[in-house]
Amino acid sequence: MFVPCGESVPDLAGYTFLMPAVSVGNVGQLAMDLIISTLNMCKIGYFYTDCLVPMVGNNPYATAEENSTELSINAEIYALPSKKLVALQLRSIFIKYKSKPFCEKLLSWVKSSNCAKVIVLSSSHSYHRNDLQLRSTPFRYLLTPYVQKSIQTKITSLNWEEMEKSPCIPEINDSEFCIRIPGGGITKTLYDEGHWIANSTQLWSLREDNCSKEIAMVILLKFVSEGDNIPDALGLVEYLNEWLQILKPCCDDPTASALRWKMPSSWRLLFGSGLPPALF
Amino acid sequence: MAATFFGEVVRAPCRAGTEDEEEEEEEGKRETAEDREVRRQLARKREVRLFRRQTKTSLEVSLLEKYPCSKFIIAIGNNAVAFLSSFVMNSGVWEEVGCANLWNEWCRTTDTTHLSPAEAFCVFYHLKSSPSVVLCQCSCYVAEDQQYQWLEKVFGSCARKNMQVTILTCRHVTDYKTSESTSSLHSPFLKALKTQNFKEPPCCSLLEQPNIVHDLPAAVLSYCQVWRIPAVLYLCYTDVMKLDLITVEAFKPILSSRSLKGLVKNIPQSTEILKKLMTTNEIQSNIYT
Repeated sequence: MFVPCGESVPDLAGYTFLMPAVSVGNVGQLAMDLIISTLNMCKIGYFYTDCLVPMVGNNPYATAEENSTELSINAEIYALPSKKLVALQLRSIFIKYKSKPFCEKLLSWVKSSNCAKVIVLSSSHSYHRNDLQLRSTPFRYLLTPYVQKSIQTKITSLNWEEMEKSPCIPEINDSEFCIRIPGGGITKTLYDEGHWIANSTQLWSLREDNCSKEIAMVILLKFVSEGDNIPDALGLVEYLNEWLQILKPCCDDPTASALRWKMPSSWRLLFGSGLPPALF
Repeated sequence: MAATFFGEVVRAPCRAGTEDEEEEEEEGKRETAEDREVRRQLARKREVRLFRRQTKTSLEVSLLEKYPCSKFIIAIGNNAVAFLSSFVMNSGVWEEVGCANLWNEWCRTTDTTHLSPAEAFCVFYHLKSSPSVVLCQCSCYVAEDQQYQWLEKVFGSCARKNMQVTILTCRHVTDYKTSESTSSLHSPFLKALKTQNFKEPPCCSLLEQPNIVHDLPAAVLSYCQVWRIPAVLYLCYTDVMKLDLITVEAFKPILSSRSLKGLVKNIPQSTEILKKLMTTNEIQSNIYT
């Protein structure tokens, strides 16, 4: 459930809801860190849930001694009213069997908050790519049918590649084709929650409450391998920025683009503590 | 996937924990009524139950609803438990008010009526002379799927704002991230994490980013942060996770904190009690007897 930091519940009507999927390389979460840190978004509340493994730590976006002692938990909500952006950051993995309930609770809350659209930042295993995908850009997008026509038009004009369908059962030639996102964590569940109502073969199993799940959802993902995924996160935020224009567009030089995004202080020591001198 | 030196391709674990998600989804689709029944029974077995050992009755409401307090002190792990036993519980009369019965892969305590000192347990006490002080000694592991339930059974659904929570626990020093090598650190050492509403200065320096805390201490602190309860977690980084005198004594700076000040009477006596606890434990841990 959403618990605000302040006394009142903020009005998120018309806001764009940005969220990560806990996916391969944690790319979505790293991208969210970049967005929250660069835009200096303000924490407005917590998404208190029994679905994620608990964790706490001091402020991951600390810039000075004064703001370094604010406690952070596993699921927090940040906002930037000037750009009508609200961001969810997830900092731990799902407890077994709890990922679907989490998606349902989260999307219900997003729906009841009247957010205009949901953008999910995610990733998928690069080793699952087929030959065509290997030769093309590593970025993909997916839209639910409720995304506004204007957004669909804009995305088409950007010449982005839509995520291809693949055989539901790999290796079987006459298998049906469906959207598969290996390594994408809750991405597929979120997509299904916002999408299934459009599939007429599933209409017979309509539950009354699900009629309201008409969520305008855009999923942006990158094919990645685990390792140092900071460049992947930078790539994904630049991909998002092509459309949303969170930061002013700049020259094509990738180094210059990367420098615009502020890495949070919590990204220190990503690969562990210092090495013992005796090793050398 | 990863390639080994011998050229074979193996499935490497994904640090985003996504492999299980896909298996879970597939399992969910293939689940039969029997599978669901097995899952339900396992969930029931893993339920956290709070009850009174004296009367063998379950608590109908949460522990802090039944025993409201202004100070709630929780020791998690054997060293933290030994510290509270020796330095806090040795003075005054502490009455047991509840006991948590839980079962998981690490904690298989099923009979909590006859616990031996060596067994893992989770027991709640209040100070008879001042019942608004409640203490929890938790030496058993509370699994991630049980932590939220534990919080509900102890704290309940209504946030209690008129209390202060103090949590004591240990972690291995190799979990501590620093730009120096962990081998050069002088352990044990104490670090603190506090909620926004905790206004007192902590008894040691705060835990620096990018260090984080997991498990039950994190669950309790998260609850307190969200519901604006003043709370502080004292974390002792040590290189000895089993019961150890030096590790337990590393908690001593906390004795001067507001939560514990009035409760600690006789420190030399406490040190003696602690030494006896160490000796008892050493005998029990001898694998030849």
